[in-house]
Amino acid sequence: MERYSAFSLLKHALGGHRHWQQAWRSPELKPQYDVVIIGGGGHGLATAYYLAKVHGISNVAVLEKGWLGGGNTGRNTAVSRSNYFYPESTRFYEHSLKRYETLGRELNFNIMLSQIGIINLACSRHELEIFRRWATAIQVQGVDSEVLSREQIAAMVPLLNMSAGARYPVHGGFIQRRGGISRHDAVAWGYARAASNLGVDIIQNCEVTGIEVSDGRVRGVKTSLGTVRTDKLGMAVAGHSTVVAALAGVKLPIVSQTLQAMVSEPVKPCLDHVVMSPMVHCYISQSDRGEIVIGGGADTHPSYGQRGSLQSTEAVLNAAVELYPMLSRMKLMRQWGGIVDIAPDASPIVSKTPVTGFYISTGWGTGGYKAIPAGGETLAHTIAHDAPHPLVEPFSLDRFARGRLIDEGAAAGVAH
Amino acid sequence: MMRIECPWCGSRSEDEFVCGGQSHIARPDPSVASDDEWAAYLYQRDNPKGLHHERWLHRFGCGQWFNVVRDTVSHELLAVYPMTAPKPELPDTSGGEA
Repeated sequence: MERYSAFSLLKHALGGHRHWQQAWRSPELKPQYDVVIIGGGGHGLATAYYLAKVHGISNVAVLEKGWLGGGNTGRNTAVSRSNYFYPESTRFYEHSLKRYETLGRELNFNIMLSQIGIINLACSRHELEIFRRWATAIQVQGVDSEVLSREQIAAMVPLLNMSAGARYPVHGGFIQRRGGISRHDAVAWGYARAASNLGVDIIQNCEVTGIEVSDGRVRGVKTSLGTVRTDKLGMAVAGHSTVVAALAGVKLPIVSQTLQAMVSEPVKPCLDHVVMSPMVHCYISQSDRGEIVIGGGADTHPSYGQRGSLQSTEAVLNAAVELYPMLSRMKLMRQWGGIVDIAPDASPIVSKTPVTGFYISTGWGTGGYKAIPAGGETLAHTIAHDAPHPLVEPFSLDRFARGRLIDEGAAAGVAH
Repeated sequence: MMRIECPWCGSRSEDEFVCGGQSHIARPDPSVASDDEWAAYLYQRDNPKGLHHERWLHRFGCGQWFNVVRDTVSHELLAVYPMTAPKPELPDTSGGEA
């Protein structure tokens, strides 16, 4: 693999950029692999990378129905943070955030991480009280978090409507300064390039149509490009988890809903942080290209249509123009929807299943992007050892029958 | 945006309603159900890509619950029927492209 550097950029500039290597190989599907991963998004590619890098298992295929990173990896708002409430979640997401902090160097691929800080706005006195508890819980777990006064927020986010008659008055908030945004395509491509270099076969336009199970064990997968034999099968297919798991006869406590996001026309830099307001469910940031990126809540009904309903668009934009009045004069450039798989406690499921050799990574809900490095690392460990990684032991599929839920939906509200 | 045919108020826009999730979930007898059966009752849902039998509430209208058969890909509504009625017979045209 040719290393990317300032020197390689200069060298190829002199050659008119005609001789760049393919970032990853596009091999033919082989009839047998040690491990097959379904889903070529961030989680699937990261899993393959860590299988090869950490566990020395490189006879691995990643099967992707469409193109790499074309599902939720390419449809999110690219936020990374670890400001959760329960220790299990904070440990996991903090591990992920730390991986993000060094990922560009590890993969030799600039993921354009900007740790611009994530501010949560409290729009009522009661919300501020809960935020104090939440921010303190994060500090107790050794993760950075800091309560902000109304005046501090006014100085940091001049776009906010701080007038006396504001419909959503800002009472204060808290910030995680190490939180930030990165480039989602770069994360998918960086993992793909690094995994391919270690011998992983990445097969695009290859849909899994069946999973062969006999005597309670995985034997192989049927795909649109033929049948593949394997003893170990990992699933990382956000938006289709219940459909794919059903091929192996596994039922999941997952409901799929549409979450949408949108961007404005690009403008000059005017917003230096990611700002979330959980009460009105609106969060915004400014991308490196200058677009204001806006996200909101998920549609309430189950859906596989990657569109998003108009009333959800209206709700998030209503909140956005109330909080940031200058947005009302800007044009919306694009709006899109992704299908998020949500578990009853809004926490992920990284787990073995009742079928031996079938491992799942699902339930990432509205926040799978920030979990990509740790999700891949822990699923790879779970596959390699046939035992859960310590970070995801609490996130097993059997927690629902045991009643040991990790209810971040109630605790942290789980924005994105 | 969907138009939903409320059995009492007629055709109204989606934003007057709220979806209550899967319908026809039978509650097992808690005195004999195993932990797995009880967890399945509480948490497991069909979540199909295609026809879905689900409950809707006309929250900003008459306040009544009713059942709907809806395609989760196209969002087309194929039937509206009362809460206590059995599942209507419909051809399954599931799995269409979005």
